[in-house]
Amino acid sequence: MSENKLDLNNIFDPDENNQSSSELAKPESKAPTVAKGINHYPRRTDIDPKAAKRAERQVATMFGLSALFTILFIVAYVAIPSSARISLPVFGVTSTSNLILGLTFGLAILLIGIGAIHWAKKLMSDVELVQERKVMQPKLEEQQAALDLARVGGQESGIGERKLIRRTLLGALSLFPLPFVVMLRDLGPAPKGELKETAWTRGLAVVTDVAYEKIRPEDIPVGNLVSAHPENIMEIQEEEHTLNARGKSAIILVRMRPEEIKSQQGEGWDYQGILAFSKICTHAGCPIALYEQRTHHLLCPCHQSIFDLSDSAKAIFGPARRRLPQLPIEVDSEGYLVARAGFQEPIGPSFWERS
Amino acid sequence: MSETKKVPAAYDYVDSRVGISGALKRNLRKVFPDHWSFMLGEIALYSFIILLLTGVFLTLWYVPSATEVTYNGSYVPLKGVHMSEAFASTLQISFDVRGGLLIRQMHHWAALFFVASIVIHLLRVFFTGAFRKPREFNWLLGVGLLTLALFEGFAGYSIVDDLLSGIGLKIASSILQAIPVVGTWALYFLFDGQFPGVAVIPRLFIIHVLLLPGIILALITAHLLLVWTQKHTQYPGPGRTENNVVGYPLLPVYVAKAGGFFFVVFGITALISALVTINPIWMYGPFTPDQVTAGSQPDWYIGFLDGSTRLMPNWEWVLFGTYTFSFNIFFPAVVLPGIMFTLLALYPFIEAWITGDKREHNILDRPRNNPTRTGLGVTAITFYVILWIAGGNDLIANLLNLSINQVTWFLRIALLTAPAIAFIITRRICIGLQRKDLDKLLHGKETGRILRLPDGGFVEVHEPVSEEELAVLTARETYTPLALPPKTDASGVPTPGYRKKLIQAKISQWYSKGSLPIPTKDEIAAGQHHAHEALEQAEAFGIEPGKEEEISHA
Repeated sequence: MSENKLDLNNIFDPDENNQSSSELAKPESKAPTVAKGINHYPRRTDIDPKAAKRAERQVATMFGLSALFTILFIVAYVAIPSSARISLPVFGVTSTSNLILGLTFGLAILLIGIGAIHWAKKLMSDVELVQERKVMQPKLEEQQAALDLARVGGQESGIGERKLIRRTLLGALSLFPLPFVVMLRDLGPAPKGELKETAWTRGLAVVTDVAYEKIRPEDIPVGNLVSAHPENIMEIQEEEHTLNARGKSAIILVRMRPEEIKSQQGEGWDYQGILAFSKICTHAGCPIALYEQRTHHLLCPCHQSIFDLSDSAKAIFGPARRRLPQLPIEVDSEGYLVARAGFQEPIGPSFWERS
Repeated sequence: MSETKKVPAAYDYVDSRVGISGALKRNLRKVFPDHWSFMLGEIALYSFIILLLTGVFLTLWYVPSATEVTYNGSYVPLKGVHMSEAFASTLQISFDVRGGLLIRQMHHWAALFFVASIVIHLLRVFFTGAFRKPREFNWLLGVGLLTLALFEGFAGYSIVDDLLSGIGLKIASSILQAIPVVGTWALYFLFDGQFPGVAVIPRLFIIHVLLLPGIILALITAHLLLVWTQKHTQYPGPGRTENNVVGYPLLPVYVAKAGGFFFVVFGITALISALVTINPIWMYGPFTPDQVTAGSQPDWYIGFLDGSTRLMPNWEWVLFGTYTFSFNIFFPAVVLPGIMFTLLALYPFIEAWITGDKREHNILDRPRNNPTRTGLGVTAITFYVILWIAGGNDLIANLLNLSINQVTWFLRIALLTAPAIAFIITRRICIGLQRKDLDKLLHGKETGRILRLPDGGFVEVHEPVSEEELAVLTARETYTPLALPPKTDASGVPTPGYRKKLIQAKISQWYSKGSLPIPTKDEIAAGQHHAHEALEQAEAFGIEPGKEEEISHA
């Protein structure tokens, strides 16, 4: 505290020449000096040794507690099973292990930080120092000297006159990264119109999306919405080992009274008021299932586009432009819902080659 | 004296091989200015270190694979559910690795703080003009870091492969696919075919843990090296000039304060992670492309893109009857952020071109003293915040019981009008604050104490401003805009580049509007003297200063 008499000029060499005798004479000294013309108000700890002692004890207590919390962390790590749960007011039910480990770990670290800052604020010198700033703008001679050196080097290399070397070198340097770029070609296959296709074809039965059970028309009451897939979706998935087909074949079935249907995308594509549409939003591709029975509006949770399912699933609000493609359906001889054909247009978000 | 003291053998061993004395001598007592707002960049730096530490821990258990497995861990509700190895291993970290959930939550919280502190640090640098010469490159590095941080964060939460982040990835794939001409190819290149495929998770993983952090680390290093060489800017104050730094030495004060602050940021991140659950992926469940959670919002820093996409009208065209141009995605998700970040990056150069100022600036501006810049900053914030709010238009509609259509239309109109209104209001407020400062200089500080003199007259007591405040108030200059160029010179030769110079000067004059002239030294001295007048008048009547209340009550 009191040892900072700030005889800094003894500690610092201003001009890096180790000529410590001359440093005081140099006004452009780089070493910091006590700022002149700035009022310094002594702190309590500067004038009252008791206060200083108290601050010292506070800092030491924090460091000591930190060590204690680290030990507690290790104890908690061993003692608390990760399955334990605890209920806290405000924060709700949470993992006991996470809570205790986090609190002990957090406090162990935090107390080191607060202790160090408290130490700096109360006990380290708070006398402001001033240091000269080097102007960034270099001197003209320096710039010229540097450029001259570069010129000499350039001339010695002969890169200026030897055009043949220069040009071939530039050519070689600009070409050599190409292999890295070319090799990126195999990041993915060439698009072959897969985005336009789905798993749906004529005669495929419609199955529910969790139990994969075939659906009879009477399973869907008026006003209901059911998510569904083609019956072969799991086979395709197992064969391809991806969810690609699933992402495109998802449909929703809704049932409304036939007289409520204002229009649909093809003559008689419904079955007794049951309509099937692609579940994938034509804007950014999110699956949609927020259905408002009364208005027959379907709302996309991602960007809030709204589609009117009773009117050919037209996009009536929000950023989506296109309607949700409709899947024509009928029932097979056993009375299950099946596709009358595949989708007549690409489903999901737009892409350059879509139309 | 130091040369008589012995040099410790170990120090000598290292120094004679590495040569550290010179650097230590130059830097150990390097002076840094003190201000709370200088800690914002520190928070970003420390958050990044926390991210590296916790991230390494997570990679010990996380498996970057989309291969389907059946979950058999200790989280009962998902037992037997099919999911990717990526999601299953994240569940394992959360439920079976002791402390794993803590590390995961610290990683996520630190990521949120990382981006937030970069943004607030950027605002501080903007509003105080710290980006001016010689610090333009550091501004560029900062904008680069912010951009990378957004991608890094997105990649990070996407590779968990939960239902929420999977939807985010689906939207990202739709954005790629909406790019004109090359969109489908871009999609196929990133995903190795169609969405979701199995390639994207390992690819994003290596981008997230090596490529982007490597670049970020390099940029942070360059950022700090520049701060170190250029020395930190400082706020105006007594003894502070453009040519010095006033503050405390690195050793011991900043080693303790900045070092301690790292532990504070780390500790608070841990405490928050202990108490507040973030990204509870077990509640979202594994990703499958045919399901969605309602009210799906991305992490906060992606929100503005979500908002711009939500506000966009449904403009999509089929060009030449063959090519679909999805402007309703391409503009809000690619072009608009491109414009925003380009303007942000170029701002220092634009401002320098407008003002014609080529001097170095090491003393920071107070935002009020540059009303146009401050106004432009608030304009940009307004624009950004409206986009961000729009990212939650469904939540707002729910909360306020409005239809989504009303909220969307309100925000669309607000996006185009509110920034301009914000500009005008901000500039007026700045000018008002400048007038207040001017008033303090020319008349002293109002105390609100009215003094009744024995002759019946009333005077208000003004106090002279303190030395410290005076230094702050006077640390600015009268801003002179570029003069309009003459059409021709004296001998009638047309000025070269007349039109360009005219436009530049006109913008410069517009920019300078509202910067009040700074009074002369004499005026200030007179003003401060004037502040004493009431007291002097009172004294002339034999009233002691400080006792005036008693008299006025009498």
